[in-house]
Amino acid sequence: MPEILNPKPKIVAFFCKWCSSKAADIAGVSRMEYPPNFIPIMTPCSGRVEPEFIFDAFAEGADGVLVAGCHLGECHYVVGNYKTLKRMILVKKLAKEMGIEEERIRVEWIATAEAKKLVTVTNDMVNKLKHLPPCSSKLKGVTQEEKTND
Amino acid sequence: MTKIKLAVAAGSYCGGCDMSIVALNEMLIPLEDAIDLQFWQFAADFKLKDVEKLKDGEIDITLFDGPIRTSEHIKTAHLFRKKSKIMIAYGSCACFGGIPQLANSYSAKEILDENYVHGYNMDDSGQNHMQPTSEYKKGRKMTLPKLLDSCLPLDTEVEVDYFVPGCPPVPGQWETLLDIISKFIKTGELPPKGTVIAGNTALCEECGRTKPDEIVINKFVRPYEVDPDPEICLLAQGIICLGPATRSGCGAKCTLNANVPCRGCFGPAPEVNDAGIKMLSAIASIAGAKKEGELGEEGLKALMDQVVDPFGTFYRFAVPEIMKQMKMAKKQVKHVSSKSK
Repeated sequence: MPEILNPKPKIVAFFCKWCSSKAADIAGVSRMEYPPNFIPIMTPCSGRVEPEFIFDAFAEGADGVLVAGCHLGECHYVVGNYKTLKRMILVKKLAKEMGIEEERIRVEWIATAEAKKLVTVTNDMVNKLKHLPPCSSKLKGVTQEEKTND
Repeated sequence: MTKIKLAVAAGSYCGGCDMSIVALNEMLIPLEDAIDLQFWQFAADFKLKDVEKLKDGEIDITLFDGPIRTSEHIKTAHLFRKKSKIMIAYGSCACFGGIPQLANSYSAKEILDENYVHGYNMDDSGQNHMQPTSEYKKGRKMTLPKLLDSCLPLDTEVEVDYFVPGCPPVPGQWETLLDIISKFIKTGELPPKGTVIAGNTALCEECGRTKPDEIVINKFVRPYEVDPDPEICLLAQGIICLGPATRSGCGAKCTLNANVPCRGCFGPAPEVNDAGIKMLSAIASIAGAKKEGELGEEGLKALMDQVVDPFGTFYRFAVPEIMKQMKMAKKQVKHVSSKSK
């Protein structure tokens, strides 16, 4: 498969419907360049992103997860993004204990007008994850080949 | 009456599950007439060799305690699966990984190095401590089983028919189990495969503490820091209690009698796969609820930092689903590639 169709690292991005995915639209309309490594998924609110989704993404072969929502205090559902913030603090801690580096999970607040920020964030994330080995080999407990004595 | 043949096999276990069988006291008396014991190393000097001599499917019921931790446990699990009609994962370890699965956050090499190379009570001969093979008498070699990189529940290795969670299982579950056994002897009928022999609700249903309408945690405390009020829900007092995500069936012994929070030994509540991540999500939602604006980003970060060791708190008794999935996927790949050769 050509690299453009199967870029490494693979990053799953959860964009909230009201701000971040609009920002992604604007970035597209204004022909800003951003890396093809992202698989964008639109969610009603960043608070809809359950921690389970993030670990599912890693289990399915993602190397990183980006969760983007409205700025704090500007959530369409009032407190949705505060819940995201609180969850992601715990998720990052848990992931670290399981052997997944903190850089692989990123939370950003991107408003509709901040298409430029989206481009910077995505570029930055790809650059950081390029140097890390694929996530599937990172998880503790599944790292080495197991051989029995016989 | 025909006697049924019972075996109690073990993986990486502490002996608590076997003790829970001995602690049945007077409930053991009817068992004596009904059961012909084939293997139980905890009770008498049975040998694996004798089990190997049995015909396939000769043992009626095998209770297996403990997770799969070394290469020998894999062998034992496969042997008993082959020789028995019904395989029951007995105890939290065999069902979900139990306490030993906490070692999943380290690789086998890290564990061995920590204990046998950098251990403070060792002399400085380093790697030489790790000698898996040793010779005793003339030419008789003994080899230790290999420590696997992961510690996974029984059902990742062999097919399991029923699950009896609990650390250790309680006499109430044995009543159900004995009913099943006696029904099996009389009629040969069995409940559907995969039945979990425990309650069918979350633990909170059993726990009689008063629950406020709205639970908000403004400060996390650990059980040793406070003397909790024995009447009010522990979550409302800021202690992380896994009751809402844990299966009932234990009679809420910890929360009601001992005044300590539930740690989740009965495994995920019905229809939940990964209780740990659900509970993490729930705890994050109720922490500082309705005051988020006031606290701001920094305040919330400080509040969430009070949750110490999420892996040990939320996954104390169950292997994270992601670990299990990735492990199983890897095994399938290996299986396919070995077939194609």
